[in-house]
Amino acid sequence: MPTGAELRGFLHGLPGVDQVGADERAARLGTRSIKTTAKARAIDLAISMLDLTTLEGADTAGKVRALCAKAVRPDPAQPDAPKVGAVCVYSDLVGVAVDALRGSGIGVASVATAFPAGRAPLEAKLADTRAAVAAGAAEIDMVIDRGAFLAGDYLKVHEEIVETKRACGDAHLKVILETGELRTYDNVRRASWLAMRAGADFIKTSTGKISPAATPPVTMIMLEAVRDFRDATGRTVGVKPAGGIRTTKDAIKYLVMVNEVAGPDWLTPDLFRIGASSLLNDLLMQRRKLATGVYSGPDHFTLD
Amino acid sequence: MSTERLSVRKTYKLFIGGGFPRSESGRSYVVNDAKGRFLANASQASRKDVRDAVVAARKAFGGWSSRTPYNRGQILYRVAEMLEGRRAQFVEELRAAGAAKTAASAEVDAAIDRWVWYAGWADKVGAVVGNGNPVAGPFFNLSTPEPTGVVGIVAPDGPLLGLVSVVAPAIVTGNTAVVVASEPAPLAAITLAEVLATSDLPGGVVNLLTGRRAELAPWLASHMDVNAIDLAGVSADAVADLEKAAADNLKRVLRPGLSDWSDEPGIDRMTAFLETKTVWHPVGV
Repeated sequence: MPTGAELRGFLHGLPGVDQVGADERAARLGTRSIKTTAKARAIDLAISMLDLTTLEGADTAGKVRALCAKAVRPDPAQPDAPKVGAVCVYSDLVGVAVDALRGSGIGVASVATAFPAGRAPLEAKLADTRAAVAAGAAEIDMVIDRGAFLAGDYLKVHEEIVETKRACGDAHLKVILETGELRTYDNVRRASWLAMRAGADFIKTSTGKISPAATPPVTMIMLEAVRDFRDATGRTVGVKPAGGIRTTKDAIKYLVMVNEVAGPDWLTPDLFRIGASSLLNDLLMQRRKLATGVYSGPDHFTLD
Repeated sequence: MSTERLSVRKTYKLFIGGGFPRSESGRSYVVNDAKGRFLANASQASRKDVRDAVVAARKAFGGWSSRTPYNRGQILYRVAEMLEGRRAQFVEELRAAGAAKTAASAEVDAAIDRWVWYAGWADKVGAVVGNGNPVAGPFFNLSTPEPTGVVGIVAPDGPLLGLVSVVAPAIVTGNTAVVVASEPAPLAAITLAEVLATSDLPGGVVNLLTGRRAELAPWLASHMDVNAIDLAGVSADAVADLEKAAADNLKRVLRPGLSDWSDEPGIDRMTAFLETKTVWHPVGV
């Protein structure tokens, strides 16, 4: 376990992010034109990378089951559409999702640690995590304590991630940085390294509960971080932008960014996920457009 | 220094979602007057402009259809007021397109009157085509007309009266429209769009595209998120294919019919894009 001073020295020793340059590069990566067969492959890849998410106070077991059915077979009219990467729910609904997805090969991801605010005692956060794992969650999406991070208490954030990782057991740990609350790109880079050093298997942009959620420049900085982290340590960490990605065009921009910034190694559901709910329908509409040659409409797809 | 003023030329663009974008494709085509002299360059819309227009129309549908009929009538009447204010410009455009002075003036008058006529129907059509049905039980049984949704319109060549006669009846009942303007005479349509943009009509209720009918109409007819299509400006030999394309999502299709737009229109063009909803209400406690 590092000391607070060592952590602080390391994180503040990271090179700063050129904000204008990062915005510019992210915008430029969004101008690539991906068409026809490449688009078809990108759409299927994006579907397979999707963490199909429902995180509402009004979630019911029935809604989760409906979502799981859609995760297994996104478009009944096109059986060749791939299944999604995972289904992401609150920890108390993990059991329902696990039952509904049994045998499908799709894992259940659960948010935990007092999502989305992360304002709870550590014992409560760990109990939340253990309950989700015990119910069968294969992946845990934890939130960091942004208050501690912004106050400069990096050691506390580090310890929480280490403890949560221990509570996860075999389950993968995704660490949500909630970049919309971190204010600067420098903080995004520091939080990324902090989470990776503490043992995160994935770093995730946002909870989706506050705006801005995932943005291209923030995701690009996180992709740079996982690339540099692998160069430095040999361990490969995944990235998951979540929140605000609603259109196929946006999703494809992210895929281009993964390929250009982190490299093609990350173009797999094991290392890149997109957290979204309404995105799936748009991907399916585009998929049908490519297959049938006519524009599709939202009336022809399920609502959730 | 010359005192002669440079002319400020108008760029004719598309009208999508309340804005005036150029065609996504960057194309334009030359519009000539009746004698074949150059008038202007108009945007030549592509299938992606159709796509964007349908998205805008769908987005506007919820708000527009849930306004009270009275409010829709007021907004349409406001459009007529704005049309009146631009009378001289419309007359000039129709004359440039080849109409004689009196004919152009008469067409603009007729178009404004037609618009006012349809505006008046906003809060009356429900009473005329809706019904309280007698049933053998303690219920009120009410049939009310509901707008169909997004209506694709291939406008006829009548530069103003024809256009008004197909657009007004579609939107007055709460539908939203994607209109492909007359191919040889699109300029008055764009000026009409400028009127619509400045008269409280929410963006996206009417979207206006200029370009090749043969290119745009099939995309509109096959679009799964378009609920009805008006083929008023389609030539007879193209109707069958468009109807076939429209069948996939069971679009309502209005075939080209009358061609003299100065005739009394009747309510057929409104009812063509209405669906009847029948609801049973238990009689009170």
